[in-house]
Amino acid sequence: MSRLDTAIALTRFGVGARPGEMDRIGSAGRDWLREQIGQVETPQGRDLRTSREAILYFREEYQPRLAALQDGTTEDPERARTELGRLLRSGSAAAILARTQLALTTEAGFVERWVRFWSNHFSVSMTSPPMALLAPTLEMEAIRPHAFGRFEDLLLAAELHPAMLFYLDNASSVGPTSRAGRRRGRGLNENLARETLELHTLGVDGGYSQDDIVALARLLTGWTIGNERLRHRSNQIGRTVFDERIHEPGAQTLLGERISGAAEDKAPTALRQLARHPSTAQFVATKLARHFIADHPDAADIAHIAQAFIDSDGDLAQVANAVITAPGAFQPDPQKFKTPEEYLVSTVRALNLPRLQMRALRASLAALGQVPFRAPSPAGWPDTEAEWGGPDALMKRLDFANELARRVGASARPRERAPEILGPRLEGATALAIARSESAEQGLTLLLMSPEFLRR
Amino acid sequence: MTRFPLHRRALMTGALATGALALGGPGIAHARTASDRKLVVVILRGAMDGLAALIPAGEARYRELRRDLAISGGFDVGQGFRLHPRLTNLYRAWGDNELVLLPATATGYRERSHFDGQDYLEAGTAVIRDGWLNRALQLTRPNPSAVGIGQTVPLILRGNAAATSWSPGVLPDPSDDTISRLIDLYAGDPRLAETLAMAVETDAIAGGMSMAGMGGGSGPGQAYVQTARAAANLLAAPDGPGLAVMSLDGWDTHVRQGSDEGQLANRLGALDEALGILRDGLAAHWPRTAVLMVTEFGRTVRANGSGGTDHGTAGTAFLLGGAVRGGRLIGDWPGLGTLHEDRDLIPANRTEDLFRTVLAEHWGLARSDLDRHVFPDQPGAGFEGLIG
Repeated sequence: MSRLDTAIALTRFGVGARPGEMDRIGSAGRDWLREQIGQVETPQGRDLRTSREAILYFREEYQPRLAALQDGTTEDPERARTELGRLLRSGSAAAILARTQLALTTEAGFVERWVRFWSNHFSVSMTSPPMALLAPTLEMEAIRPHAFGRFEDLLLAAELHPAMLFYLDNASSVGPTSRAGRRRGRGLNENLARETLELHTLGVDGGYSQDDIVALARLLTGWTIGNERLRHRSNQIGRTVFDERIHEPGAQTLLGERISGAAEDKAPTALRQLARHPSTAQFVATKLARHFIADHPDAADIAHIAQAFIDSDGDLAQVANAVITAPGAFQPDPQKFKTPEEYLVSTVRALNLPRLQMRALRASLAALGQVPFRAPSPAGWPDTEAEWGGPDALMKRLDFANELARRVGASARPRERAPEILGPRLEGATALAIARSESAEQGLTLLLMSPEFLRR
Repeated sequence: MTRFPLHRRALMTGALATGALALGGPGIAHARTASDRKLVVVILRGAMDGLAALIPAGEARYRELRRDLAISGGFDVGQGFRLHPRLTNLYRAWGDNELVLLPATATGYRERSHFDGQDYLEAGTAVIRDGWLNRALQLTRPNPSAVGIGQTVPLILRGNAAATSWSPGVLPDPSDDTISRLIDLYAGDPRLAETLAMAVETDAIAGGMSMAGMGGGSGPGQAYVQTARAAANLLAAPDGPGLAVMSLDGWDTHVRQGSDEGQLANRLGALDEALGILRDGLAAHWPRTAVLMVTEFGRTVRANGSGGTDHGTAGTAFLLGGAVRGGRLIGDWPGLGTLHEDRDLIPANRTEDLFRTVLAEHWGLARSDLDRHVFPDQPGAGFEGLIG
């Protein structure tokens, strides 16, 4: 137990130190991390919508205006288009602001990092107008409630969440020999099944085949979003429903096991089977070690986490404990380059800046290359220095740090600030460069761009 | 299997390796060098539906298999094929003999994961260590400088040869003094030091280019246009790079992809506009430019249950540019009579053969070196006479 442990805990496993935080924790950094496990906070803010509200909002507010615009019955098309864009942005803006504000103020940074890891593992992205409203809701409704629960419960909540069903097209997948399939000539959409196996459970080399993908796709048919047109009951509208009329009937063989029984139970049974597969423990442990410890984690770290996953039957509280007790967890040399969001959050925390304005926040996140809920693919955001630390990315960080320093001005006091937020991680060369800088602004830029601040 | 008459496959690598091009090994200047050429590689991420871009309209089963996705319009390019109606700039390039089309092509990757498929496309091998373009750069003397458009260097460019990344920004630049102090501060962190040095160098070439000058509408068009404009401006700048890589996302059309019109048509239109910008922006450099445009794999021949297509195998690749001897289809065409695993277009051609040919003919690299160092998993024949 040392102050260096605390400095590492705050940066490698947390969201960066605020002034005073290092002193408060003293040398109890490891305890500080452990005590956070299980304590999930909820982002607060105005205009936050549930997934159901987002879907209803899309159908009642967005779609009619879009239809009018397309019919040519809108009086001022230019204004209507702007209004449509505003309606879509309103959905993500509130969620991004609320979750960022929580990260900026929380005293339990490990929890926010843990939530973001899983949110990224089950990534959904704002790729279409409905997703612009829906994507931010999955983290709130599926990830946070199960973040320290059992992996299989998290898996079920995420795969069957309306945002996932829509994003990976399961909502429109139809069993070819189901009632609706035969009548309307519709069929399977493999997308959710493939990504569930590849990205969420076994991993691409986890030992499944194209036949397993098709079997899982068939098992998942019927899980869709309640819709008036499909004559779902009013309390089902905008929620996940199981509709047997589009479900592919019969038993399926998934990874050599026969899955039969009540139509509605088959997909949950299949998902629980995937959650318990040894490849899943290995895949999840590798991703966790890569995210928290090193781009190329040691086999011992992965094994430590995978063992905890298997021994606890996927109890994520125990898995979280394994992450912070892995052999390499507190190695002194930082092995990770912060993601843009981690960088932005740690910067604002370090400077103790007041509440952010949404416009500035979004513009900064966009300039740094990571707007939340906008990951480039279902694989989520990348997680290595090769992906985040390119020349242009570094230049964009420098532009950002420089601009921030310019705005904060002389009040920054970087010489005093540096040991406060980096503690024993502060290198002599950085302290010296700050001391010799020509202005407080320049000193602050050097602090925010120092290797030990860019890395964690 | 149809073999397009206009192309002759190289008989074997050995025959070429003894030819004039192979006289120089790495480190020895070739008759043609990479330094007086421009190469652009466009990666269409998400698996573009090759059968929508290059339509095998002459196939007896085309309409039966594609049903609602079947495209009625388009530009006739002969031998039963049409280009999608939104690809007007590409069709113009076809008419100018500046476009080569390679149907039914796939990399050595045979599964259907986007992420592994893109890794294979960029690494050129099953074992992912570095990018094939970077390995090719290591064979060139002098080295053309290379840039990935965007914040990071894409995998295809990563490796021992220097490669930078650049995209337009919105914030004012820090002072030179701050940058030089930062370079000093990175003395103990070689990785950051090298990265910053490359960034500074590319920024100098880009001059005052900023987001404001990039223009573009909304939707996919805006991102594609900005990327193309950034690439063109950099490539055309004095001391600009000789190699640029552009990544254009959004081709994973699982739902309602449309046909002549619709989601995929709009995206193809945006892509076509971006290619026009690239050509116009390169201006005087265009006659010495080749643009390779590829995707990780094709999509299912039949529509899926939701009016889209799922992950498939063979797709379409494009080679475009003033340096290209185009106006033709190359490679083998397997037809739609039999499908790979009863779902995908049969992979009849190797995308790596197209890469190999461009590196040999545009950059003057020896095919034997390419076999040994760049595509060790897939040595062998390439195409011939694609670049003038």
